[in-house]
Amino acid sequence: MSAAPDKVKVRLATTSLAGCFGCHMSFLDIDERLFELVEVAEFDRSPLTDIKHCGPCDIALVEGGVCNADNVHVVRELRANAKILVAVGACAINGGLPALRNRFDIQDILTRVYRDPVTDHPCVPNSPELPLPLDKVYPLNEIVRVDYSLPGCPPSGDAIWKFLTDLILGRMPRLERSLLHYD
Amino acid sequence: MAMNSDVVGRALARHRADPTRLLQILREVQEELDWIAPETARDIADGLGVPITRVQSVVQFYSFLYDKPRGRYRVLFSDNITDRMLGNAALFEHMLKRLKLRRGQTSWDGAASVDLTSCTGMCDQGPAILVNNFAVTRLTRKRVDEICELIRIGAPLGEWPAEFFHVDDNIRRRETLLTPLEPGAALDAAIARGRQGMMDEMKRSNLRGRGGAGFPTGTKFEGARNAPGATRYIVCNADEGEPGTFKDRVLLNSFSTRVLEGMAIAGYVVGATKGFIYLRGEYRHLQEQLQRDIDSMRASGRLGASIRGAPGFDFDIEIHMGAGGYVCGEGTAQVESLEGKPGRPRVRPPSMVSVGYLGKPTVVDNVETLAHCTEIAIEGGASFARRGTKTSTGTKLVSVSGDCERPGIYEYQFGVTIGRILQDCGAGPVTAVQIGGASGVLITPEEFSRRIAFEDVSTAGAFMVFGPDRDIFEVARNFAHFFAHESCGFCTPCRVGTAIQRNIMDKIAEGRGSNYEVNDLKRLAEFMKRTSHCGLGETAGNAVRDALNKFRPAFERRLRARDFAPAISLEAALEPARRITARDDAEAHLDVEG
Amino acid sequence: MDNEFTIDEQPVPFKPGQTILEAAKAAGIYIPHLCFQADFKRHGGCKMCTVLVNGRTQTACTHKAAVGQEVDVNTPELDAMRRSLVQMLFVEGNHFCPGCEKSGACQLQALGYEYEMMSPHFVELYPSRGVDASHPDVLIDFNRCILCELCVRASRDVDGKEVFAVAGRGLDAHLIINSPTGKLVDSAFAVTDRAAEVCPVGAILKKGVGFATAIGDRPYDRESISAEAESCEIPEVR
Repeated sequence: MSAAPDKVKVRLATTSLAGCFGCHMSFLDIDERLFELVEVAEFDRSPLTDIKHCGPCDIALVEGGVCNADNVHVVRELRANAKILVAVGACAINGGLPALRNRFDIQDILTRVYRDPVTDHPCVPNSPELPLPLDKVYPLNEIVRVDYSLPGCPPSGDAIWKFLTDLILGRMPRLERSLLHYD
Repeated sequence: MAMNSDVVGRALARHRADPTRLLQILREVQEELDWIAPETARDIADGLGVPITRVQSVVQFYSFLYDKPRGRYRVLFSDNITDRMLGNAALFEHMLKRLKLRRGQTSWDGAASVDLTSCTGMCDQGPAILVNNFAVTRLTRKRVDEICELIRIGAPLGEWPAEFFHVDDNIRRRETLLTPLEPGAALDAAIARGRQGMMDEMKRSNLRGRGGAGFPTGTKFEGARNAPGATRYIVCNADEGEPGTFKDRVLLNSFSTRVLEGMAIAGYVVGATKGFIYLRGEYRHLQEQLQRDIDSMRASGRLGASIRGAPGFDFDIEIHMGAGGYVCGEGTAQVESLEGKPGRPRVRPPSMVSVGYLGKPTVVDNVETLAHCTEIAIEGGASFARRGTKTSTGTKLVSVSGDCERPGIYEYQFGVTIGRILQDCGAGPVTAVQIGGASGVLITPEEFSRRIAFEDVSTAGAFMVFGPDRDIFEVARNFAHFFAHESCGFCTPCRVGTAIQRNIMDKIAEGRGSNYEVNDLKRLAEFMKRTSHCGLGETAGNAVRDALNKFRPAFERRLRARDFAPAISLEAALEPARRITARDDAEAHLDVEG
Repeated sequence: MDNEFTIDEQPVPFKPGQTILEAAKAAGIYIPHLCFQADFKRHGGCKMCTVLVNGRTQTACTHKAAVGQEVDVNTPELDAMRRSLVQMLFVEGNHFCPGCEKSGACQLQALGYEYEMMSPHFVELYPSRGVDASHPDVLIDFNRCILCELCVRASRDVDGKEVFAVAGRGLDAHLIINSPTGKLVDSAFAVTDRAAEVCPVGAILKKGVGFATAIGDRPYDRESISAEAESCEIPEVR
């Protein structure tokens, strides 16, 4: 992939919500192609840049499902700023393993997990600093409009590279059979 | 109180411990015990020599069978759109409040449970309910209070005021079918024509099935007659479950001579000696009276061996009760149900006429279709075919309900315009008419010159009128709920598609929808039509599709956003955690938009 | 040839009585399916094998082949329908491939790959379903059941045990077990039953062998499900 020198670089944002950062690790697995990428793209908000808030950008890659109020704020910020939003990985697409909690009542979960070690009474933390959990873990497309989905747990570096280059070059992103996995 | 095992033992004995009678056994046991407890199910399974799972799968399939304790008084509110229009929702809430119950819950003393059910076929005299399967019509607030009091004092159903259970025919217009028939006259006429002669008249009449599909009845009779094998069956489909239809109720109540003799004539032509009436569970109130009609026919030589003295003309009729399941109106599902199984439609081919009930050639025909056979026997096919249109011969019963002065049954020759019916029933300004029930079509004023006929607007006869104040979105949403409730679950597109359709309609109703869902609704309707296993799934998207095509603004004004709105209410999704943490700070809430 | 019809304009021979799917299999042509397996009574509920027969949608596993029939299998429209079917089955249950030991050998997943399903599209239903781990040799995770009824048919028609049945209606339809407790351990089920082998997804799993083949080396990790369509004769089963 090469860009004409006068071309404006594509602006990318990435974030991880209720996920494990595995998709981001996989992103780094594009290895030396990172050099190729930075020829045509620059990063906005991302764990790679440590930029805390997103500005207008072209493509947002979002890993993880939506499990709490903070996740909602973050994915809304990216959605508001990105022309294209991609749900990356199993959790972003159908909630993934965090969504295994969906069959339980969140109040039961919290009261069972947070107990006073002495009295054994429930002591669910209630500081306003802590994001409040949603009743369930939701896939991205149930919270914001999602333009594309890139499945995998995680999607391989090759799959991410193929998907991203398709998007940057204006092609409909498609994964050949060997790159398409849900696991 | 009777020992449970005695009740089971007697029911098993009545049905000769025949597994194909399982549904009938369960119905009768439940009438005495109020529900099918696990040990009851076990006793029945053991008595029939079948796995417990067969009993469980039947109990869990039919709406009126319960595997959880229900009240001694089981009240079900008919929840068709016509009941809604007559104010059933407020009455439902009122009864729940009076009895201190939640929907579907059984009271602490086991006295009562109150829930909703699909259309009970009383649209011309609603709001209607069923109490232990018996219809109560014309519900008012006062009547609800009276019923609650009767429940409180534990009055047996038989001691409730008779007028509660009064069901009117409401016949508003008659042609040839809704006229009295001299008992035996049609049978004599058929016998005089002979089996082949009567078959010829059937074909000459060009009579087509009145259940909606319009299959030529003579061709069906001929197919069953010519199918190999010695044993054949006639099934009278009285599972009138299409919301808005109640004509069969009237035929069975006041013209049973036509229906029963029509069945016998069908048996004569086809060479069947046994007939079933599959009577929907909602018409429980007709069961005893119909049984008396059958018994008196037998006593007078119009049923049994050598009917009317004709050697070899042997035919008898048995009533088989349904237990709540719209899909059982589908011919193959009905035959499954007759065999004592869940009413899941079979794979076709083979068709019923060659492999039907117990694998034998079977004719399944609508009540009205069979009743018409008496006309054909008496006057001949050519005379019959002079009524109606060329391809839709004879008359049709139309069940009119909704916003009009004279709801009820109207008999017309095929080819009558929709406008004419509206005029006759005293409809004022009309927004739309739903013809053919939930699975039918939504007709707007510019189409009122269209005709009721197989070649134009084809229908089993439901005709629901919506006045200017009615919200067509809510009509479609009511039908979407109906299909999700009635899907049998056999095939993927209907099982999941009807649920998704219902959920989307609810989302839009709650003001949380967007055009994204609206587009999905259109796709879903087409998808279900193309991929579903039977007519239920194929038509489950019709009402929503028509409403979208003709009343799109009724959807659009409810939308929150143009292209996307979250699947859930985020504020509501935070509520459980808010409660458990007792937080109410700004960060403990999520605004609508973001 | 007399007994011949066409699939996507290619002539295909058939024996009288064969279904379109059987004739296609015999000719090495792939038609997708989930609830069909050659040894068992035809079911026709999953609708994955929906094809066009002379322009009308039909289920290939139940529709008989006939002389001169024109059958379309691979059209963009049919592929889109099949993708929607897979998506519906995904949202209906709880299908989390990364945590499923059937991943890579699961036919539902493989059909997702085949029809390029990138997301389940519809809103997740996240049903609350259980797991039956009572049996020493076999586990049932109802979260993944797609109601294909292969286990029902295998147990009833081959094993002669009738261990499984489907109860309930619509979205409430669910698998039940024929035993006094409703648990598998108290049923007549044995790990040697055909019913233990037939589950196309990760609902019925043998214990202790889940990772005998590593993720990445499993059938659908290596090739697509449509590659299995080598020519094979289908026995007549009704």
